[in-house]
Amino acid sequence: MLKRTSEFVIEACIKLSGLAVIIFVVAIFIFLLKDALSLFGVHSINDFLFGKKWLPISEPAKFGVIPLLLGSLYVTVGAIVICVPLGVCSAMFIAEVAPSHLKHVLKSLVEILAAIPSVVLGFIGIVWLGPFLRNTLNLSTGMCGLTGSLLLAFMALPTVISISEDALIGVPKAFKEAAFGLGATRWQTLWRIVLPSASSGIIAAVMLGIGRVIGETMVVMMVTGNSPVIPTSLLQPLRTLTATIAGEMGETVAGSEHYFALFAVGLILFIITFIINFIADICLRKARK
Amino acid sequence: MNVAKIREKVAFTILGLITLLVVIPILLTIFYVVKNGAGAVSWEFLTQPPRAGMKQGGIFPAIVGTILLIIGTMLFSLPLGILSAIYLVEYAKDNLFTRLIKLSVVNLSGIPSIVYGLFGFTLFVVILRFGTSILAGSLTLAIMSLPVIITATKEALESVPFSFREISLSLGASRWQTIRYCVLPYAIPGILTGTVLSLSRAAGETAPILFTVAAFYLPRLPHSIFDQVMALPYHLYVISTQVPNMPMKLSFATGLVLIGLVFLMNLVSIILRAHYRKKKLW
Amino acid sequence: MVAEVVIKTVDLHCSFGSTAAMRDLNLDIYKNEILGIIGPANSGKTTFLRALNRLNYLSASYSQTGDIIFEGKNIKQITDRLLRKKIGIIFALPQVLPVSIFHNIAYGPKVHGLTKKNNAAAIVEKSLKKAYLWDEVKDRLDLPANRLSGGQQQRLCIARTLAVEPDVILYDEPCSGLDPISTAKVEDTMQELKKDYTQILVTNNTKQAARVTQRCGFFLMGELVEIEETETLFTKPKDKRTDDYITGRFG
Repeated sequence: MLKRTSEFVIEACIKLSGLAVIIFVVAIFIFLLKDALSLFGVHSINDFLFGKKWLPISEPAKFGVIPLLLGSLYVTVGAIVICVPLGVCSAMFIAEVAPSHLKHVLKSLVEILAAIPSVVLGFIGIVWLGPFLRNTLNLSTGMCGLTGSLLLAFMALPTVISISEDALIGVPKAFKEAAFGLGATRWQTLWRIVLPSASSGIIAAVMLGIGRVIGETMVVMMVTGNSPVIPTSLLQPLRTLTATIAGEMGETVAGSEHYFALFAVGLILFIITFIINFIADICLRKARK
Repeated sequence: MNVAKIREKVAFTILGLITLLVVIPILLTIFYVVKNGAGAVSWEFLTQPPRAGMKQGGIFPAIVGTILLIIGTMLFSLPLGILSAIYLVEYAKDNLFTRLIKLSVVNLSGIPSIVYGLFGFTLFVVILRFGTSILAGSLTLAIMSLPVIITATKEALESVPFSFREISLSLGASRWQTIRYCVLPYAIPGILTGTVLSLSRAAGETAPILFTVAAFYLPRLPHSIFDQVMALPYHLYVISTQVPNMPMKLSFATGLVLIGLVFLMNLVSIILRAHYRKKKLW
Repeated sequence: MVAEVVIKTVDLHCSFGSTAAMRDLNLDIYKNEILGIIGPANSGKTTFLRALNRLNYLSASYSQTGDIIFEGKNIKQITDRLLRKKIGIIFALPQVLPVSIFHNIAYGPKVHGLTKKNNAAAIVEKSLKKAYLWDEVKDRLDLPANRLSGGQQQRLCIARTLAVEPDVILYDEPCSGLDPISTAKVEDTMQELKKDYTQILVTNNTKQAARVTQRCGFFLMGELVEIEETETLFTKPKDKRTDDYITGRFG
């Protein structure tokens, strides 16, 4: 009967592991919420959400999240505008045009890009891309939103390409054959039949790309100049939500207002990415049907 | 050639050029790091601690730290990830609990790495009093790696033919026996591939270890899991942003070693995949 | 002499989701007979078979009312483990595990704790002999099972089922993927097993049912139309639908 007992134990472990996954998400949310609420005890939630100044060490300290939120928004929009067209077009080429050996090479290259740690790309932003942009665009500093957007676009490409490609490949063959049967060229079929049929998968790719970009920390901390002011253009230094946490956490005292404010920023990030991933998941499920 | 054909040619050429535009920077990035860093990667660089305010010497403690973190992450995330995937594929009924787990996996995979850092700091460093330590860092990275491991394991389990389970159950085997003898052995390759891949991601992450384990400068090696360590990605961050007049070639060399380590792990995963695909028995 | 009833179904009603697959089945199965079940596709044959060892419950949408009495006991009171050990099944396509011949057969005894290391070989040999496969494979028990021919694989499946010492063997169209020679071998095996086992053969092939079985039932759209001595069913069916089916007018 020893066997039965060990079986009971292992099955209990399996069920507990399933439960653990839920617990982690809930725990992350609760820890963020708890500390964020501690901030709102001393600091009005309105000042946090709509305050236009982030001055954590001035007297009195100001914790307005708007500059950071706009910083993230600017960089993200910039990155997505660059990344999505490039990514979707590459996915179209890889999925429908490239001969199979080339397809293999291209996919491997995209996987290589996915494997490069973000801190390495941040480093390249510092030593090459930033100075390059400063000289060519004649900027006062290369450490600005645009540098961040370009690197983030680059980083998000593997996500956008691989998920779009899956979506394009997932379009039923019958659709294509029907179009060919009517005398359409491969391009017409791709553009008018395959691409629209893959739309929910491509939307999912875009959403996941956005999620990747918004959540990225090291690159933006290293190259966007870290200036927590309301940005007016991508050519200025700015600062994102993620970079704020990473950059300031080390200087705070646990239990201080500033410390709690950073958790409130974390909570905002959690909620944003939750919504984005939720939408992406719905789109992916739709695409699979 | 008619108009439609010409249009197709033009369109495909444009798509091809865009793909080139995407692919060439990837090659250039690698080339750039290799060209500038390769000269400084020597046996001494790999086996010596940094000296003179990190402007001389090697990166040995950071390499050791990263490897320890990879091992620690694996110890926690592998059993947990595999067991929860087994639950989802083999046990879960279509009910609220299952849907909550699936939603949680989706959610975990989207949480920014810096938020994991915050969470790891509060829970492991502060509340559980592990301090800034290998233990706290590994646990943080492990939770972050969970969704990838779960997804890979799920796919691997689902790719095992249903008939194997049916045979086993029809002979009167229990559910766990069926999983243990007729499902897991055939899913192991897929699980390994996914795990190695997710660990290579964890190895390159900086944000989650910022406040949970990483040491700015610590030339000695750790004595216990409650020690801090240096780690390659954090070290690269430090020397490229916090150390003035850092010799460039050392930064490049650090980046090259980090990329090398990550690629090596990816390579292992690719080889595993190819090896088992050849041996695939059904 | 009245034959002993091994399995008895009482008002058995099976459905997948809202679709009924088997309606109000009342059927007795006697010891050591080979009972044939014929009928067109989707007539509920397979559902009936898989209800007997509760394999239907592997699909989440399955539900069932009524009772199945096995050796005098309602199967609700028997664990899956024991029930499936006692009632083995052979699937339509030969389904072997991707391991050696030896381990395919030793697997069942292993999970039931029947093998102490020394007698696994004995069980394997005995089972293979009973399934008339021993002479063909005795020198290559380490060969991966999927290298055998289809017919050999199907007899391997029979041997695998025999290895856990069942009382009843269910066959779900066991020869549908096999050539005539392999089919004949499987049928011969079934005849040999008659003295020790009760067997139920579901088949699309009416000729096979006529060759192999003693009694035969005709299923149509989830109902048992009639059940007779095989000879009677094929020569003087009572129901016109049975007559239409066996003479090939539909199905």
